[in-house]
Amino acid sequence: MASAAAGSQAAGKSRKPDRKVRILIGKPGLDGHDRGAKIIARALRDAGFEIIYTGLHQTPEMIVNAAAQEDVDGIGLSILSGAHNYLLPRIVSMLKEKKMGDVVVFGGGIIPDEDIPKLRKKGVDRVFTPGTTLQEIVAYVKERVRPRK
Amino acid sequence: MYDKKRSRKISDGRKRWEAETLGKTLKRSPERLSRFSTVSDEEIGALYTPDLLDGFDYGKELSFPGEYPYTRGVQPSMYRGRLWTMRQFAGYGSAEDTNARFKYLLDQGQTGLSTAFHFPTLMGYDSDSPRARGEVGKCGVAIDSLKDMEILFDGIPLDKVTTSMTINGPAAMVFAMYLAVGEKQGVPSEKLGGTIQNDILKEYIAQHAWIFPPEPSMRIITDILGYCAERVPKWNTISISGYHIREAGSTAVQELPFTIADGIAYVKAGIEAGVPVDKFAPRLSFFFNAHMDFFEEIAKYRAARRMWARIMKERFKAKDENSWKLRFHTQTAGCTLTAQQPQNNIARVALQALSAVLGGTQSLHTNSMDETLALPTEHAATVALRTQQIIAEESGAAHSIDPLGGSFFVERLTGEMEAKAMAYIEKIDDMGGMVAAIKRGYPQREIADAAFHHQRLVDAMEKKIVGVNCYKMEENLPIPILKIDENVERMQVARTREVRAKRNGKRVKSRIDALKEASLSSANLMPVLLDAVREYATLGEVCDALRETMGTYTDPAMF
Repeated sequence: MASAAAGSQAAGKSRKPDRKVRILIGKPGLDGHDRGAKIIARALRDAGFEIIYTGLHQTPEMIVNAAAQEDVDGIGLSILSGAHNYLLPRIVSMLKEKKMGDVVVFGGGIIPDEDIPKLRKKGVDRVFTPGTTLQEIVAYVKERVRPRK
Repeated sequence: MYDKKRSRKISDGRKRWEAETLGKTLKRSPERLSRFSTVSDEEIGALYTPDLLDGFDYGKELSFPGEYPYTRGVQPSMYRGRLWTMRQFAGYGSAEDTNARFKYLLDQGQTGLSTAFHFPTLMGYDSDSPRARGEVGKCGVAIDSLKDMEILFDGIPLDKVTTSMTINGPAAMVFAMYLAVGEKQGVPSEKLGGTIQNDILKEYIAQHAWIFPPEPSMRIITDILGYCAERVPKWNTISISGYHIREAGSTAVQELPFTIADGIAYVKAGIEAGVPVDKFAPRLSFFFNAHMDFFEEIAKYRAARRMWARIMKERFKAKDENSWKLRFHTQTAGCTLTAQQPQNNIARVALQALSAVLGGTQSLHTNSMDETLALPTEHAATVALRTQQIIAEESGAAHSIDPLGGSFFVERLTGEMEAKAMAYIEKIDDMGGMVAAIKRGYPQREIADAAFHHQRLVDAMEKKIVGVNCYKMEENLPIPILKIDENVERMQVARTREVRAKRNGKRVKSRIDALKEASLSSANLMPVLLDAVREYATLGEVCDALRETMGTYTDPAMF
């Protein structure tokens, strides 16, 4: 029963350089589809990342607060409710307000192709669509997410 | 299936065939795969013969359509009498938008309505709640008050159609609004027919649109059972749903027992609340997924009927035959649709729908090809409905009852499905029933494990998905998708604020107070809820009142 909130609350000062990369997997919005989020959380954990999973029905505030508290390096957001155009940019801008603009934000779910360039412009680093393999996502996170300074 | 002597002879023949005829061929060219298995990863043999059904008793295992244990179907004449109800799940945007889609579908020959609510409604929030930002009208229709419900069913006589509503956490509240629309149309509640999903246990397990913790939620459900037994006798009070359990990643062999175990929990709760079993059990219905593995699905539906009949008769001592009959709705599996080459989804849906029909479903929703991209366009929804109509009118599949009954393969699969499902049910019984099992996270964990296992098989190409891990194409033809007008949110928020401004605020407050008081007593909540929604108390207000007295539930967030 791996659950949220495993450990370190230290705000990144006394970190060892070789520490594990910490990823928050979040479910913003009201939809209850967590199959994808949970599978990706497990795959990333198995690949050696430290995973914090928020659980369902999170507001942008809840996600950004959890990210700050857990001092994460990347945030993966899964959304299948159609509210991505509002919620994802909102989370990115709240991170910037908290001086956490360097946290890599990526997402996935039911997101029409035409919305993806707009989301990327607003600071979502990458959007994965249905049919993506776990290997692709793990490879992306390994490549893109580094421990924050 | 046959007597011992004949069975032995067939078994000997089969061994000889394996060694000689088949053996020779396999030496020359081996089978394509080292192991053949269903989409649930259950192993499948090369050939099924009668000796594999040793001890099979036709009367006990199958009997006749309309007769216990209903393996061959719940109605005596099945589709020769009346086809299944073609019931397409629909809802998007405003109540006006969805009302227009309803009327269009009825004009196209659809025979029942099925309502999809947007997420704020499913979670008991009004459209002007901060929790609703960005979600209004996106994944279903926005319903905040009786006003929206009146518009949703405007021009649709509620004594002429049956309506299914996918609503769980706030099922009682939305149902009360439907009863109130009936009153306004002059249709007495005794004449209303339809279904509320009202299956909160599978919300904790899989679909995750909950409000209150399990115990108060179960109390609301037993209030509905009691109220409908007296006042809305034609209403299906719970649609006990495996659909979402399967979509969340369970196998067929988990979908079936988890669903039946939920049913057992509701029957127990009803009896414990003092409603006689035969007063409410005939109005329980089921809802299953039609996934990709054709024969496994057919076996699942047949096993489900037989299991429920035995459980209701033997375990709960129900006397009314209607309490024994498992009637079910089916929806094709959304999670099998692919964003790649989306027209291929039409073929997937057709196969899945055919399995539901051969499995004896009472009603059916066929998914649209574009549902991995967005809510369906009118064109895609029409193709999906036509798919059912082709099965009904052209394929001949509806001519004979349970046409696969007696197939060595299907009977063996049906028996295995029942045995494996009963083992799960015993395990859940040992934990103290489904409510206790949910609190331990048992079904949730089983499903997450199965989902992960399946994804690994797909990534390893051990399970093939056309267009995703084989037969890929560089260029996909884009298909048009439905866009929800961003103005819907603004207009809906304005309407709800106008409703609040125009109603009698004092009366609303007194009705809400009465509701809170009733929730702290053992009174049936349905009459007080009806009083509140008649005065245009909004869904959010009513749910907030009960959040205060009943508490809320949050995701345990395990993965």
